[in-house]
Amino acid sequence: MFEIADLLAAGLIQSFEPLNFAMILAGCMAGLFIGAMPGLGSVNGVAILLPVTFLVPPTAAIIFLAALYYGAMYGGAISSITLGIPGASTAVATVFDGRPMAQKGKANQAMMAAAIASFIGGTISIILFTLFAPPLAEVALKFGPQEEFALMILAFATFIGLGGDDIPKTIFSILLGLVMAAVGFDIISGKPRLIFFDMVEFQRGIGFLVLAIGIYGIGEMLWTLEQTGGKIKFDRVSATWAELKKHLGEIKKYLPTTSLSSVLGFFVGTLPAAGATPASLMAYGLAKTFSKDPDSFGKGNISGVAAPEAANNAASTGSMLPMITLGIPGSPTTAILLGGMIIWGLRPGPLLFANNPDFVWGLIGSMYVANFVTVALNLALIPLFVRVLAMPFTILTPIIFILCFVGVFATTDRMFDVWLMLVLGLGGYLLRKLNYPVAPAVLAIVLGPLAERSMRQSLIGSQGDVTTFISISEHPISLGCIVIAVVLMLYPVWSNYRRKIANKTAF
Amino acid sequence: MKQKILRSILAMTGALAMIIAAPAQAWEPKKPVEFIIMAGTGGGADQIARLLQGLIEKKGLSPRPFIPINKPGGSGAEALRYLQDKAGDDHVVMMTLNSFYTTPIIQPDLGVDPTGFTPIGLMAMDTFLLWVHTDRNDITDLDSYVKAVKSTGKSWKVGGTGSGQEDSVLTAMMEAEFGYNVTYIPFPGGGTVAKNLIGKQIDSTVNNPSEQMAFYQAGSSKPLVQFTGERMAAFPDVPTAKELGIGIEYYMQRSVNGPPGMSAGAAEFYRNLFQELFDSKEWQDFCTSDGLTCDTMIAGSDLGDFHATQYVAHEKLIEQVGASAITGE
Repeated sequence: MFEIADLLAAGLIQSFEPLNFAMILAGCMAGLFIGAMPGLGSVNGVAILLPVTFLVPPTAAIIFLAALYYGAMYGGAISSITLGIPGASTAVATVFDGRPMAQKGKANQAMMAAAIASFIGGTISIILFTLFAPPLAEVALKFGPQEEFALMILAFATFIGLGGDDIPKTIFSILLGLVMAAVGFDIISGKPRLIFFDMVEFQRGIGFLVLAIGIYGIGEMLWTLEQTGGKIKFDRVSATWAELKKHLGEIKKYLPTTSLSSVLGFFVGTLPAAGATPASLMAYGLAKTFSKDPDSFGKGNISGVAAPEAANNAASTGSMLPMITLGIPGSPTTAILLGGMIIWGLRPGPLLFANNPDFVWGLIGSMYVANFVTVALNLALIPLFVRVLAMPFTILTPIIFILCFVGVFATTDRMFDVWLMLVLGLGGYLLRKLNYPVAPAVLAIVLGPLAERSMRQSLIGSQGDVTTFISISEHPISLGCIVIAVVLMLYPVWSNYRRKIANKTAF
Repeated sequence: MKQKILRSILAMTGALAMIIAAPAQAWEPKKPVEFIIMAGTGGGADQIARLLQGLIEKKGLSPRPFIPINKPGGSGAEALRYLQDKAGDDHVVMMTLNSFYTTPIIQPDLGVDPTGFTPIGLMAMDTFLLWVHTDRNDITDLDSYVKAVKSTGKSWKVGGTGSGQEDSVLTAMMEAEFGYNVTYIPFPGGGTVAKNLIGKQIDSTVNNPSEQMAFYQAGSSKPLVQFTGERMAAFPDVPTAKELGIGIEYYMQRSVNGPPGMSAGAAEFYRNLFQELFDSKEWQDFCTSDGLTCDTMIAGSDLGDFHATQYVAHEKLIEQVGASAITGE
């Protein structure tokens, strides 16, 4: 224990060295803007700026890239809240309540909540990282295909509660997402499947961002236009010290959700193959399921902003863990960091802690510092970002449409996906009109491929025996997850039933 | 006077023409280059591509960055189809493995002919070893391994990258040689395979050295046999299959290729770039520490011939062990 404190202190001192501290500042700043641009996420940012890091020593380099990674996590929230289009896949869940809050003139509140929740998420996660990195690496090793599948089931279960009262419509929405996720190549046999109209473009599958931008950028905008006829006016929002002080008093409203989401985000992040996007979606689902007022979610509940933001920041720290301890990246962004480490002459894996303590503890120390820097930077810049909303709606809407087109094209580099986004956007608008929840479909397209792969791997390994998922002797973690999932799935049914009884007795 | 003006105009046009003509002589990327990896993150191909990408940046070999993109779908089918669709594009290259041959052979519907791609350079020949967890005290050599597999039967789980790909080819070759039957579980990349062996979700793997190296050094996994012609410097105490009287020798090619119809200028640019990387100390050091064979870089049309030979060899191999033994159908 004292040893950890000692090493951590050395790491913290290291991160205040002028070069390292400058790297933290530069990284957070760059990340913030990269994250805020739709279509540009932390993956592109880290890839583009990797060469910069060859000019500085490895520790400064990883500090810069890691700071950029957290910066981008928050930056994604900015466009989710102000424009209603997710700046990055990790910020999709932030749109659900962030956008409605902005429409009610509470954009400043939403952004403060996002900043503070991100800070709490990052801090809780880094403390867990510091104290439990080696034992947690053991847990990550225990996660085989069975456990991964059970975790995915758990994620879907949290989303049954997401669709509101209409459980059949929610399930329909999840299934629609799963079908879209299945388009392309079969992930085990490699055969093409669900190639609609025999168009070869479908072989590459339907990208997650294409769907998310289509539904939230195009679909929601069309819906808003229809509802308001364009006569919408955002209240002029102010972001002053007085506002911030008032907001700090309200933190306790979302503190429990935030803490829970941080821990959840961290654990999901530590599992190889998961990453920050599923973590933020799961956190949102859980926050809603256990809220006293689930109906207000999706209509501008501040917990609905805080939960995913806390989780995605926590997960981004968590995903560093398998990278450093096992040499396996937990997210696409850490995969690029891993490449960087190999060039710097480090071999990530079980021996890194022992062989390169300066590097590892310098990185951990910088995470603490970067968290403070990001939250300070964010709060300071909120007045600038909310000015976007001062634009008249008739000007803002075309800009959002253009950003949707550019964002999709920048990510996938093909026109087919731009047309697909438009079609999916129209589909999303129809679903919205018919009162279908769209969030579960978005979740399903993210988790579908992960769930399918782990399920099929498990079944191949067990010779087709389905009970492998609930075998207490071989896969206790999987059994535990599935039991919790079943409880979560039944919970909204039960609470609906209870509410109906209560309503009946009231009359 | 007039003549003087005319002459100076002529001189200026000449100078201008030279300025314009000069860059046209040597092709250079005008936008970021997509560096496709036909397997998932953490595997051998991925590690190599990311190392190369970093070296390109570090040495300033390209005016535009290389962006690594993983396309592991369908045992590389996704990546192959992607490259085929990019025909004539000068800003995309791909890091390949043996699924470059096996996937198009097993899936003729894919409509991809790998010998039609633009060959650039063979960076290395990678090797295979048979790995088990160190906790398996009952397994110390190939004989005890075969005995353990036979007594466990079909529930012995071998993990590997993709299906119908090099790992499953090698697994099928071993099944045929030793007369046992195992369950092969496909994973998206060699890194995940290695992790699942250490976490004991699978019983054995045929990982490349770079994929198991960190765990091997930490003492979590042990190699039993290497499928090479001679013992590698990195594993002096591990016998080759040949020494044990088993006729299995199998390698993995790690070559960089462009889409069909890449312009000659672009192909030359990439050839020179990868030659420079190949000759660098960093790359040669990596080859030694990770058990890769990197003596000379086979490039251009020589690599094209190499691919043609390998393609035919894999066709025979797949016919021998049967496509169904590899894909598990």
